[in-house]
Amino acid sequence: MTDILKPRDAKEVEDAVRWALSHDKALEVAGQGSKRAIGRPSQTDITLDLSGLTGVTLYEPAELVLSARAGTPLSEIEALLEKNHQELAFEPMDYGPVLGLKAGQNYTSGTIGGAIAANLSGPRRIKAGAARDHFLGLSAVTGRGETIKSGGRVVKNVTGYDMCKVLAGSWGTLAAMTDVTVKVLPRAETQATVVVEGLDDASACAAMAAAMGSSCDVSAAAHLPDHVASYFDGLPNAEAATALRLEGVAPSVRHRKDALAALLKPFGPVLLLDETESRALWRSVRQVKPFATESARVRPLWRISTAPARGHAVAAAITPAAQMFYDWGGGLIWVAMPFGDEPDAASIRAAVASVGGHATLIRAEAAVRASADVFEPQEPALAALSKRVKDAFDPKGVLNPGRMVAGV
Amino acid sequence: MSVRMPEADGAVLARRAAIVKALRTIVPGEGVIATEREMRPFESDGLTAYRQLPLVVVLPETTKQVSEVLAYCHAEGVKVVPRGAGTSLSGGALPLEDGVLLGMAKFNRIKDIDFANRVAVVEPGVTNLAVSNAVAHAGFYYAPDPSSQIACTIGGNVAENSGGVHCLKYGMTTNNVLGCELVLMNGDVVRLGGKHLDAEGYDLLGLINGSEGLLGVVTEVTVRILQKAETQRAVLIGFPSSEDGGECVSAIIAAGIIPAGMEMMDRPAIHAVEEFVHAGYPLDVEALLIVELDGPQAEVDHLIERVVDIAKQCKSMTCRVSASEQERLLFWAGRKAAFPAVGRISPDYFCMDGTIPRSQLPKVLAAMKDMSAKYGLRCANVFHAGDGNLHPLILYDSNKEGEVERAEEFGAEILKLCVAVGGVLTGEHGVGVEKRDLMPVMFSEIDLNAQQRVKCAFDDKGLLNPGKVFPVLHRCAELGRMHISGGKLPFPDIPRF
Ligand SMILES: Cc1cc2nc3c(=O)[nH]c(=O)nc-3n(C[C@H](O)[C@H](O)[C@H](O)COP(=O)(O)OP(=O)(O)OC[C@H]3O[C@@H](n4cnc5c(N)ncnc54)[C@H](O)[C@@H]3O)c2cc1C
Repeated sequence: MTDILKPRDAKEVEDAVRWALSHDKALEVAGQGSKRAIGRPSQTDITLDLSGLTGVTLYEPAELVLSARAGTPLSEIEALLEKNHQELAFEPMDYGPVLGLKAGQNYTSGTIGGAIAANLSGPRRIKAGAARDHFLGLSAVTGRGETIKSGGRVVKNVTGYDMCKVLAGSWGTLAAMTDVTVKVLPRAETQATVVVEGLDDASACAAMAAAMGSSCDVSAAAHLPDHVASYFDGLPNAEAATALRLEGVAPSVRHRKDALAALLKPFGPVLLLDETESRALWRSVRQVKPFATESARVRPLWRISTAPARGHAVAAAITPAAQMFYDWGGGLIWVAMPFGDEPDAASIRAAVASVGGHATLIRAEAAVRASADVFEPQEPALAALSKRVKDAFDPKGVLNPGRMVAGV
Repeated sequence: MSVRMPEADGAVLARRAAIVKALRTIVPGEGVIATEREMRPFESDGLTAYRQLPLVVVLPETTKQVSEVLAYCHAEGVKVVPRGAGTSLSGGALPLEDGVLLGMAKFNRIKDIDFANRVAVVEPGVTNLAVSNAVAHAGFYYAPDPSSQIACTIGGNVAENSGGVHCLKYGMTTNNVLGCELVLMNGDVVRLGGKHLDAEGYDLLGLINGSEGLLGVVTEVTVRILQKAETQRAVLIGFPSSEDGGECVSAIIAAGIIPAGMEMMDRPAIHAVEEFVHAGYPLDVEALLIVELDGPQAEVDHLIERVVDIAKQCKSMTCRVSASEQERLLFWAGRKAAFPAVGRISPDYFCMDGTIPRSQLPKVLAAMKDMSAKYGLRCANVFHAGDGNLHPLILYDSNKEGEVERAEEFGAEILKLCVAVGGVLTGEHGVGVEKRDLMPVMFSEIDLNAQQRVKCAFDDKGLLNPGKVFPVLHRCAELGRMHISGGKLPFPDIPRF
């Protein structure tokens, strides 16, 4: 088992990275390790455990801003916001269940730093964006052992390059974040979901496009085909369900619910979920519930990001033995492959290439992740540019080397 | 002008004729402009205090041409400055004496409108408003709406990460761009993003937004388009002090309402504007707030009522809800004409762009009043109140001895104050040349070097738009060196398992 370094403050993070640099050691950068199983297995000597950097350092609800040490548990931040009728509008999804973390044992939804490093988002991605869109400022220790800051605590800021964006989604390969500032937003007063039943994937994508192209201000759109529908909460029937969420003040939700139901009627039978059912449904979407069961967990899981209206075309090119469902109006497809040790990367990547977008192998045996490309391979010029960006932050490869791309 | 540009490279100036000739083999005909008279219109952008004729102007039409021009300049060590419509207020498109000015105006095609995926794919020379116009027939629009939207280009918007009055609710350019095609200084063409929502590797698209033309030349942009809200209504609220106005803004947000737009003006701005457009603004107030709500009728009516209630509790002196679309547009006509209105009452003005935490508004406004007296220059304020982005307009006359310098000093003092109270130097106009030398107020040398290393990853010779953003330019090789200090673990008592 690897050693663990657990710094107590930002200065100690810098010390740890400098130590690693001068001793030619590679560090695994981790918060609570909830997403450790995502990415290529990194060849590291020591874990840099940032979960000791905790605490909300600034929270001003009327200014819509919150700063915290990067290791602060996401659950703590979400609870604090909820008390003030606010939330992280990017609705971070919860990887715990699909990765097999168990309540009461090793379950955690991770840290705020981890949520940002993985650029988490949820069903509301289509309307509110991902972690990147809410990430305002940071302090971080680069792979050069230098502490940098970027951004600030205000939403509008174009002073210097937007380093927050490039660190969001960099999976700890560029710098170890020590302090982060995020934009927070009011929680919607209420919500409801309009469901069309019985659609095939192509009609579902068309229905979702119609809904999202209307002025109904849809805040989530998912299609749950019949072979997986029964795994989701809040749905009355085990039928294929195309679900559209509406959030806002009560009079508005009421009005839009009727407008949307009328708009969708030509596609198929429409039913309505009340606030409780709606919350339950979207929680299970956020947890990718069908693929979190004991039996599903042994199978490789892909996450495909593509042009939403063409999601069904990507899916059609994938083996019918796979199970799948769509979020983001068809733009995010979760695909569970039929056989444990066979991610079938070539066929998945060919399917995605036919439309455009990319695929990430979110879950597979470590040996499989070590030999397959977990993230989408890039064209040579772009791959070379990404490598140069890695070198700009971490020239010696001390931070999570190889986690995203072999040898980088 | 007080900001110095990098020393011109004598060897490049001496080779001018050969460089022009070589560029003509890449971009034929009128695409290469080399006479002084024809280059004159390109000598400055919206920051007119700074002017410089370029070495030569090149107006490419295809990505291939851009790639060849950049590869040639890379090989020959010639600098390049990209330019869109030249409306930048920070001097981002200011030419260099020894640099090619690469005008992107001929990239003016809308390539694809895809309503099913709610995106438009456009060339960077397309104007901001043209995107909205092209999709309006289906009820769609492109959300970021800088006041310069008739003229400014999408390429410029991406480079500056431009905002508009509606970005409080709908985000800045960076939140509304899904993909781009980018040509690097060495001629490499890369595609970032597309019609899908997130990046597959590092979020380089996020870096390009707001990179001020220093990382690559954008040759295609995929933007998100949205369906227009069913209705929009605005409330015009007058206050006895800016402080009261600021408190009202906080109260609205604290009530859980994020309006589509929330704009404030101070007394000098209100008066300048009213004289110019006759929007019917009250003249006896110290601050005027426009709050716009959009959405379905039921929602807008509901929220307007709550905003009016909040305004009443916030010492408002006047409060008017737009009764018609015409009246709503009239409320906005004043705000949108603020810059030209100020242009009428002063021969010249600088537009500052700091952002502050909103709670600091009263303090900063009071300090600006004192500064205005100290420098003997008038100052009118318009601001994006919802997000604390200030636009103090400093009025001066460049024909009067010493006024430009005083105005610049005044501006710098405002921006330093913005940083001191927890804000930033620029919210949406960019650093450019204008705020370049103030960067150390906000960033340490380590921070700035880290940013320059990112630049090196894109542009190893530092040829793309040098002299902007960074006060001191380092060679990439020098920045790449590493001096590791601290080989010991100075916290021996760390828990190790
Ligand atoms: C009256 C007025 C009102 C304004 N109002 C607003 C406002 O409300 N909000 C706001 O944010 N800004 C505003 N601006 C500022 C300005 O309009 C924006 O910054 C705009 O985005 C600049 O676009 P442009 O096409 O004119 O770019 P330019 O001025 O030509 O260039 C700006 C920068 O972009 C780079 N660039 C241009 N095209 C490309 C390309 N294709 N690839 C790479 N780099 C490129 C240039 O090198 C330069 O650094 C205003 C300006 C004026 C004059």
